[in-house]
Amino acid sequence: MSINLTLLLVMGVLYAVGLYLLLERSLTRVLLGLMLLANATNILLLATGGYAGLAPIFNKDIPSSAYNDPLPQAFILTSIVISFAVTAFMLSLIYRSWLLSRADHIQVDQEDIRVAMQDLYDDEEDSEIAIEVSDFHENNQPLGKRETIPGIVPKRVIDAKAVATSKKDVHPESPVLKTPEVQSPTGEKE
Amino acid sequence: MNVASLAPLAVVLPFLGAAWAFVLIRHPRAQRRVSLGTLTVTLALEVWVLARVWQSGPIAVELGGWAPPFGIVMVADQFSSLLLVVSSAVSLAVLAYATGQGAADGEESGPVSVFHPTYLILVAGVSNAFLAGDLFNLYVGFEILLTASYVLMTLGGTGSRIRAGITYVVVSVVSSLLFLIAIAMIYGATGTVNLADLAIKLGELDPGTQHLLHVLLLVAFGIKAAVFPLSFWLPDSYPTAPAPVTAVFAGLLTKVGVYAIVRTETLLFPTDHFNSVLLVVALLTMLVGILGAIAQTDIKRMLSFTLVSHIGYMIFGVALSSVIGLAATIFYVIHHITIQTSLFMVTGLVERRGGNSSIMRLGGLAKLSPILAVLYFIPAMNLAGIPPFSGFLGKLGLLQAGVADGSPLAYAVVVGGVVASLLTLLVVARVWNRVFWRSAADAEDPDAVLLSTAPDASGKESMRALRSSKHVDATEGRFSGENEVPILPKMMVYSTMGLVVLGVAMTVFAGPLFDLSQDAATSMLERTAYIEAVLGLGAGNP
Repeated sequence: MSINLTLLLVMGVLYAVGLYLLLERSLTRVLLGLMLLANATNILLLATGGYAGLAPIFNKDIPSSAYNDPLPQAFILTSIVISFAVTAFMLSLIYRSWLLSRADHIQVDQEDIRVAMQDLYDDEEDSEIAIEVSDFHENNQPLGKRETIPGIVPKRVIDAKAVATSKKDVHPESPVLKTPEVQSPTGEKE
Repeated sequence: MNVASLAPLAVVLPFLGAAWAFVLIRHPRAQRRVSLGTLTVTLALEVWVLARVWQSGPIAVELGGWAPPFGIVMVADQFSSLLLVVSSAVSLAVLAYATGQGAADGEESGPVSVFHPTYLILVAGVSNAFLAGDLFNLYVGFEILLTASYVLMTLGGTGSRIRAGITYVVVSVVSSLLFLIAIAMIYGATGTVNLADLAIKLGELDPGTQHLLHVLLLVAFGIKAAVFPLSFWLPDSYPTAPAPVTAVFAGLLTKVGVYAIVRTETLLFPTDHFNSVLLVVALLTMLVGILGAIAQTDIKRMLSFTLVSHIGYMIFGVALSSVIGLAATIFYVIHHITIQTSLFMVTGLVERRGGNSSIMRLGGLAKLSPILAVLYFIPAMNLAGIPPFSGFLGKLGLLQAGVADGSPLAYAVVVGGVVASLLTLLVVARVWNRVFWRSAADAEDPDAVLLSTAPDASGKESMRALRSSKHVDATEGRFSGENEVPILPKMMVYSTMGLVVLGVAMTVFAGPLFDLSQDAATSMLERTAYIEAVLGLGAGNP
C-alpha cells in the first residue's frame, strides 16, 4: 500500500498550527485553531481510507479492490457538517462576547477568584468564639478592641447585634445586592 | 415483529417532537404540550423495550436494511435500555419543571421559545448515544447532544453564560475531535466501526496498537465524563446555566461519557486492562472533586463539584472489571442521575424562594418553606449515602466489590470512597445548616427577598406566594415578567417532588434493580449476547 506523504505532512502541519492557536487566549484564534484541528482530523480520516481508487459506483466488470473506500469520506462529510455548525455557533458566541465586554479574550471567572481568595476557614465551624464579658458595650467597638479570651485572636466575629441593626437598614422593598467586587488580574490590561 | 425493534423510535420521536415544537414557536402553550407529550410517549415506549430486553436479552435493529457490520445498527441491551428509561424519566421531570418556570415567568418572547425544540434534540442525542451500535453513530449521538447543550448553556446570552459557554464549547469540541481521531485510527487499524465487529477484531491487533487506541478513547470519554484530570471544565461551566438546564446536564451528559467508558472497557477492550490507572484516577476524582466542593459557598457550584466527585465512584466500579463492581456501577449511575438532577432542581427552587444561591446569604428556609426543606433533605442524604437510601446501597456494592478485589490499590480506593462519602455528608449538611436550619437573621448577608417574604403557611400556600417584580435580578434576568410572578409555581414543585419520589422508589425497589444491574453486568462482561445479537449466532465464540 502506497502512502500519500503530502497528505500526512499537511495533516501534521495543520495539527501543529491548530494546537498552537488553540492555546491562545484570544477567542478568534481559538476558533481558527479548532477549525484547523477539525480539518487535520478530516485528512486523517481520508488517509485511513487507503490509497486512491475509482469512485465507488458499482460496476460488475470492475474488481472490488479497484474502488476507493467510501466510508471514510462519509465520515468526513458528517464531520464537516458538524464542525460547520459548531463554528457558526462559536462565531456568534464570540460576537456576543465582544458586544458584552468589548474584549476578544476569554473572561475571568469572578466567582472562582472570589472562592480562591476567601478565608481558609468557615467562620461558623472554625472561628474561636468571642467571649462576651459584658452585655453592654463591646458590641459597638471595633473588632480589634473587643474583649476576648487572652491569647486568642478573634477571627471575623459574627456579631448578632450588628447583623440585627444592618438588617433594619435594608428596606424590604429595596434589595441590597452586594456582589463581591473582585478585580480581575488580567482584565485591566486592555 | 418484536417490540424491542421499535427502540430507534426513542431517537426518532424526540426529533419529530423537536420539529413540531419548532413550528409552534409562536404558540408557547401548544409547544409545551407537544414537548411534554412527546417525552411521555417516548418514556412509555422505552419502558416497554426495557421489559422485553430484560426477558429476551440484547436486540439489534438494522437500519436501512443493510446487514451489519456494514450498515448502521442500533442495539438495546439491558444496560442501554435501563439508562434510556431513567434518562427519559429524568428529562421528562426536568421538562415539566422548565415548563412550570416558563409559564410562571411569562415567556411570550425572547430566546426561551427555542428551549423546547433544543431540549428535545438534546434528549434525542442522549438516546442515540445509548442505542448506538457503532462507534461513528456514538460520535454523532455525542455531537447531537453537545450541539443542543451549547445552545441551552448560553440561553439568554448574559455575560457570565457566554463566558462559561465558550469554555464549555471549546473543551467539548476538543474532546469530540479526540474521539474522531480515535475513530479514524480504529478504522485504519481494523476496517470497521461496528462495536460488535470491533469487539472481535480489536482483540486480534498488536498489543501496542490496542494500548494507543484504548488510551485515545479513554481520554476522549474522560473529558466528557469529567474524570479528574479532565474535569476542570465542569464546575466552571455548569453553574451559570439556567436551573433546569443545569439539572438535566448534571444528570445526563456526564453519564453518557460514563456509559461510553463502560462500553469501551467491557465490549471493546476486555483484555487490554488499564485497571490500576483507572483506580488511581477514580480515587483522585473522588477526593479532588469533594475537596473542591468544600471550598464553595454557592450551592450550584458546590453541587457541580460533588458531581465530579461521584463520577469517581462509577469509574471505580468499572476499573474493578468484576461482575459485582460493574453491577454496582450500573446501579450507581441510575441512582446518581436521579439524585443529582433532583438536587439541582431543588436548588433552582431555593434560588427562587430565597433570591440567592449563596449559602452566605440564605437562612431560615426550613421555617419559611418546609416543603423545600423536605425536598432538599431527602436527596441530599441520599447523595451522601446515609442508610437506607439508594446512595448507601450503591456505595455499599462498590465497597464490597473493592474488598472482593483485594488488591492494595482497590483497598486504597475503598478508603478514599468512604472519606469522599463522609465529606459529601459534611458538604450537604453545611448547606442544610445554613440555608434551612439557621434563622434568616443569622445569615452573613441575608438576601432581601428572604427577609421580606412571609413564611409559607402550608405546602399549598407556598406555591401561591407572590413576588413583586421589583425584586428582578437584572443581571440574570430570572424573573422577566412585568407583573407579579408565583414564587414557587406548582408545576416546578410537583416535578421536583416527582423526581425525589423516583429517587426514594429506587431505594424501595433496590432489590429488583440490583438484580437487573447484575444481569446487565454479567451479559456485558460475557459479551457473547451482544455480539450475537448484532452479527448473528455463533459470531461471539471465536
